Amino acid sequence: MTGRAAKTIRVDTLARVEGEGSLYIKLVGERVADVQLKIYEPPRFFEAFLRGRHFSEAPDITARICGICPIAYQMSAVHAIERALGIQISPAVRLLRRLFYCGEWIESHTLHVYMLHAPDFLGYADAIAMAKDHREVVEKALRLKKVGNRIVQLLGGREIHPISAAVGGFYKVPTKQQLRNLIDDLEWALEASLETVRWTAELEFPNFAQDYEFVALRHPNEYPFNEGRLVSNRGLDIDTAEYEDHFVESHVKYSNALHSVVRGRGSYLVGPLARFNLNFDKLPEAARKAANDAGLWPPVNNIFRSIVVRSVELVFACAEALRIIREYETPAAPRVDVRNRIGVGQAITEAPRGILYHRYALDENGMILTAKIVPPTSQNQKRIEDDLREYAVQLVAWPIEEATWKCEQAIRSYDPCISCATHFLKLELDQVEEVEI
Amino acid sequence: MSSNSKHKPRIGVFKFASCDGCQLSLLDAEDELLGVAGAVEIAYFPEASRAMLKGPYDIGLVEGSITTHADAQRIQEIRRQCKTLITIGACATAGGIQALRNWKDVDEFTRIVYATPQFISTLKLSTPIAEHVPVDFELRGCPINKYQLLELITATLAGRKANIPSYSVCIECKRKANVCIAVARGVPCLGPVTQAGCGALCPSYDRGCYGCYGPMESPNTASLTSQFRILGQTDRQVAHAFRSFNAWAWQFRKASEECERP
Repeated sequence: MTGRAAKTIRVDTLARVEGEGSLYIKLVGERVADVQLKIYEPPRFFEAFLRGRHFSEAPDITARICGICPIAYQMSAVHAIERALGIQISPAVRLLRRLFYCGEWIESHTLHVYMLHAPDFLGYADAIAMAKDHREVVEKALRLKKVGNRIVQLLGGREIHPISAAVGGFYKVPTKQQLRNLIDDLEWALEASLETVRWTAELEFPNFAQDYEFVALRHPNEYPFNEGRLVSNRGLDIDTAEYEDHFVESHVKYSNALHSVVRGRGSYLVGPLARFNLNFDKLPEAARKAANDAGLWPPVNNIFRSIVVRSVELVFACAEALRIIREYETPAAPRVDVRNRIGVGQAITEAPRGILYHRYALDENGMILTAKIVPPTSQNQKRIEDDLREYAVQLVAWPIEEATWKCEQAIRSYDPCISCATHFLKLELDQVEEVEI
Repeated sequence: MSSNSKHKPRIGVFKFASCDGCQLSLLDAEDELLGVAGAVEIAYFPEASRAMLKGPYDIGLVEGSITTHADAQRIQEIRRQCKTLITIGACATAGGIQALRNWKDVDEFTRIVYATPQFISTLKLSTPIAEHVPVDFELRGCPINKYQLLELITATLAGRKANIPSYSVCIECKRKANVCIAVARGVPCLGPVTQAGCGALCPSYDRGCYGCYGPMESPNTASLTSQFRILGQTDRQVAHAFRSFNAWAWQFRKASEECERP
């Protein structure tokens, strides 16, 4: 009987993701025997306690699923309910909702690019440690993040769990002048975003191209936020109401989140890479040029490069926010009238980390009969495991500490939001002897 | 977030069942973050750092409610490690929105959400931290106000009482010279019974307060219930108004249960 040297890697908590989870990788010799991304964030049962509540409460309640992307929850909720009620929103509200999302993307992408992901590339435990050597970089990041938060604060009252989004529109809309006051900040932010693309493009990326099925919204005229058909690079092209016919969730024993797969095919990828690859032609000129100058052409198949793509989306979000602000005219009413009605409505919107699906069934009094929510991280979860199964093979020869950090970095490339998928990661890499009898 | 200084106060940030929003408030303090990080040692803050240093900690900031057996044990150890323990937000202070399960059958909830309910381990109740261990200060809000958090950290380190008012949202509305939306427009508003701290946000955005900062000190919920009925609210609507992000805070809990009594 002969055996190879055995090793076990175990990290109790993987950091700089939102929520609580762990990773387990079992290597037998050089073969990856098992990968489990385990989410031990306790379940919070949103879909259950939404039953019996009035639809008008759904945007405020579902926002509490995630403190990092509450606007995504509010947007998917209001659009799904408006579909159930057969409501058309005004053009001004439509614009403001795009602007609201620009604010969340700027805030969330900047947080991820500079404070959660960049430290991996530069070898720091966190952005505070990074600030000791790169103070001006971290200061710029904080200022950029704040510009995103200023948009959210103006439209929604506060950065986290904003209070102004309503079914039919907003409780209150800003004046033209209030929005114009953001222009100077946004012009600075656009420049800072272009610098961010150049900065992230210089980082070192592992060689790791995968054959992904990318899934994102696609709209005929614009880079997607709240509207569009759901498409993929493998022929999917559906109305968002058909989502559940094409995607299924399964519950695995080791996780409190549900895994989502494309029916008949398997794992898929949502988020910046998918949006960029499927909607490159809809990016404004400045963002396309920044991407190309940074060496990015669709399809980008290396998940580690998502940090550059996220930076390109920062350029888009700043440019789009400026466009909207210049076009905006204060509407006569902040929202259209809504009336209780029986109905079922679905919506998908593009959260910073990928598509977020909501479905509500309402009774004649506007009470929610059933609710279904599929967050981006549970859609990416299976894909993260598939990536790690491939990536771990490259790491067999690496020292344990570095292999562990590399796996964490791969997971963080997805900007996972585990609060959403139910939440924090613990890496456990088990390498057992390959035994020949 | 390690530091070499031996004299800086050590802070730990701990998470239970929650949305991460309250701890994110620390990272959202863009103008103050580097200053705070210079004044204290952020020893344990997994959402922001890979470096997770062992206790003891001078200040423990606890987000989230207790919903599992494992978490009920983990909070005991965290209490032992923290000289001052502060809960941040409605989940840690009142059980959070997930405390809506406390009026329902949690097994049924599990069946609604999960295809294989036997994989899920959860307690029947979602409870605030103070039901498990002594808490030195409970910071309100869903989410908390980041300036109140900074004031609380500063006051704790200076050994003084934090300047965090326990009066109602109405006071903040008056200070902002808002016209009362309940009186002038008949909009149901929880402002009179809700603790200040948000800056009277909802009334400033033309909607009634929905109580995300929880009950003020000695709220007159019975009087507000009558007022809501005068405004045409049904028992169920009044019960739901009290039963949201601070549903399990006893004053709101009592008020909602009274509406359900036949």
